Amino acid sequence: MNSKLQEVFAKAKSENRAALIGYMPAGFPTLEGSKEIIAAMISGGVDIVEVGFPYSDPVMDGPVIQQAAEVALRNQTSATDVFNVISSISVPALVMSYWNPIERTGVESFTKSLAQSGGAGVITPDLTIEESNEWYSATDHNQLGRVYVVAPSSSDERLEKVAQACSGFVYAASLMGVTGARATVSDAAEKLVERVRKVTTLPVAVGLGVSTREQAKQVARYADGVIVGSAFIKLILESASEKEGLEAVKVLASELAKGVRGA
Amino acid sequence: MEQSKIIGHFGPYGGRFVPEALISALEELEAAHLAASSDPTFQSELNELHKTYTGRPSIITEAKRFAAHAGNSTILLKREDLNHTGSHKINNVLGQALLTKRMGKKRIIAETGAGQHGVASATAAALLGLECVVYMGEEDTKRQSLNVARMKLLGATVVPVTTGSKTLKDAINEAMRDWVTNVETTHYLLGTVAGPHPFPTLVRDFHRIIGVEARAQVLELTGRLPDAVLACVGGGSNAIGIFHPFIEDEKVRLIGLEAGGSGVETGKHAATIVGGTPGVLHGTRTYVLQDKNGQTVESHSISAGLDYPGVGPEHAFLNDIGRAEYRAITDDQAMHAFALLSKTEGIIPAIETAHALAGALQIGNELGEGAIILINLSGRGDKDVQTAANYFGIPL
Repeated sequence: MNSKLQEVFAKAKSENRAALIGYMPAGFPTLEGSKEIIAAMISGGVDIVEVGFPYSDPVMDGPVIQQAAEVALRNQTSATDVFNVISSISVPALVMSYWNPIERTGVESFTKSLAQSGGAGVITPDLTIEESNEWYSATDHNQLGRVYVVAPSSSDERLEKVAQACSGFVYAASLMGVTGARATVSDAAEKLVERVRKVTTLPVAVGLGVSTREQAKQVARYADGVIVGSAFIKLILESASEKEGLEAVKVLASELAKGVRGA
Repeated sequence: MEQSKIIGHFGPYGGRFVPEALISALEELEAAHLAASSDPTFQSELNELHKTYTGRPSIITEAKRFAAHAGNSTILLKREDLNHTGSHKINNVLGQALLTKRMGKKRIIAETGAGQHGVASATAAALLGLECVVYMGEEDTKRQSLNVARMKLLGATVVPVTTGSKTLKDAINEAMRDWVTNVETTHYLLGTVAGPHPFPTLVRDFHRIIGVEARAQVLELTGRLPDAVLACVGGGSNAIGIFHPFIEDEKVRLIGLEAGGSGVETGKHAATIVGGTPGVLHGTRTYVLQDKNGQTVESHSISAGLDYPGVGPEHAFLNDIGRAEYRAITDDQAMHAFALLSKTEGIIPAIETAHALAGALQIGNELGEGAIILINLSGRGDKDVQTAANYFGIPL
């Protein structure tokens, strides 16, 4: 497991709370803008950052992240830009990327550059364990945490295999569906986390649909990490000015940080 | 780390690149397909539908007047355009709709480009009492408004997709998002030989009947195998259907005609094998039209059904091992062949199919008199009348 990620989860555990994980695509609304938003997320209390590698065909993402990815792609956001953003981040940071941009960059080149930029790991929502052999060796020798996303529909047998392939944490999708804020967190999430815990000692973080302090508090009762993405992006999309957007992001992060502390 | 089992691969192509949420459904589908393949009840049910509903076997027509423009070769048309709903798409749709019922699911979703697969899906859903939702790029709903109306008349819901390039690629994205959300009740009735395993194999198996019939028909008619088998290739379902039973016949050339749009050199095309590079799109590794960052590049073609920046992984493999050849046909070459077949044979082909016919004009002239060329006439052109009228300046 990547030591930077390990430290954050261990520290959160020692404080009897969950880690707060924030997602933002690189290059949205601009390259510099994404760095500023991430800094605001961190100053509000985000422990780990997921930097999205924008992709033209994001089948796991709902309308909000799709919209942000379209903006980032219009800005011609490249792998180099993603690494640039990663290197600007003061807390452990992972890349979240669909598989094709990684393969196109080159698996070895991608993992090496990410490690050199100080990245802690990679979340791969559409890479299956059957297609991962090259990925295992490249991430291992570059000491990057591998994070796969498991779902409520995964069988116990499958959960065990996928959890074994993870080396950062396990990303548990709270529901069957795409990313985006939901009114309530489905109770499928807690059941899934329980099932994952039976097959791994790695930390388990819950994502998809979490957007409020109350939801973060609820999820933090049973998960090691709470992942929030679309809610941050929505604030940026809806804000009248850059300054207002950054402030709103910071406020939401501090609210969520209270939530993961059970407050 | 233990080496994982490699499933559903064609050389380096194929496989499964999907969210974990879909794995159980893909495994269920794979099991249902395997069970059905060896179940005589399923086979006889499907054969009965082919015979009494689709109108199989489809006939072979010799295109003598057209052949005069193709080096006086013998041109044989496999008439999939005469199937119910007007294209080969019905073969796969009936098979998958029967599988849907076997899996106990009551809702199907489908993507469509030209609307042919959407119409076929809506038809099968009506016949078998399934709910049907079809995702179609907003751009395509305009190009193919007649097919949108047909789907609605058949009781399907048509959802225009407004993201990305608003064409087939984006319709597939949206169908996959629906599937991830509703996978317990819903079968994704994918319309081509792309997507994650088992779709490339499953869809091919349901279309093999085209080649199986045609091979026997050509043998009976001419006493020998054809010199070349031609088909248009977008995702590649009609092509793999007619190619596959000929793969072992090494002397038979298999030639796929891709959509060259304004010309491959202009960058405005949909010729994925001719002008693309290996990558991953929509759950499978194959040739993809992509930029240096791995972002999918928008494809361009006068034919909505070929306007797709990926291609079935088995075609990618057949290309690399040299068993099949792929060429690009421009919009103008396709429209010339479209008009020529209409005027010489009284058959208006789909614009997709016209790409194969344009290929036949080239191959016929290369091989000359005495050569036998089998073409999959994959669809009829009724849906394309408006596009063709605009192209040729015929007032509507």
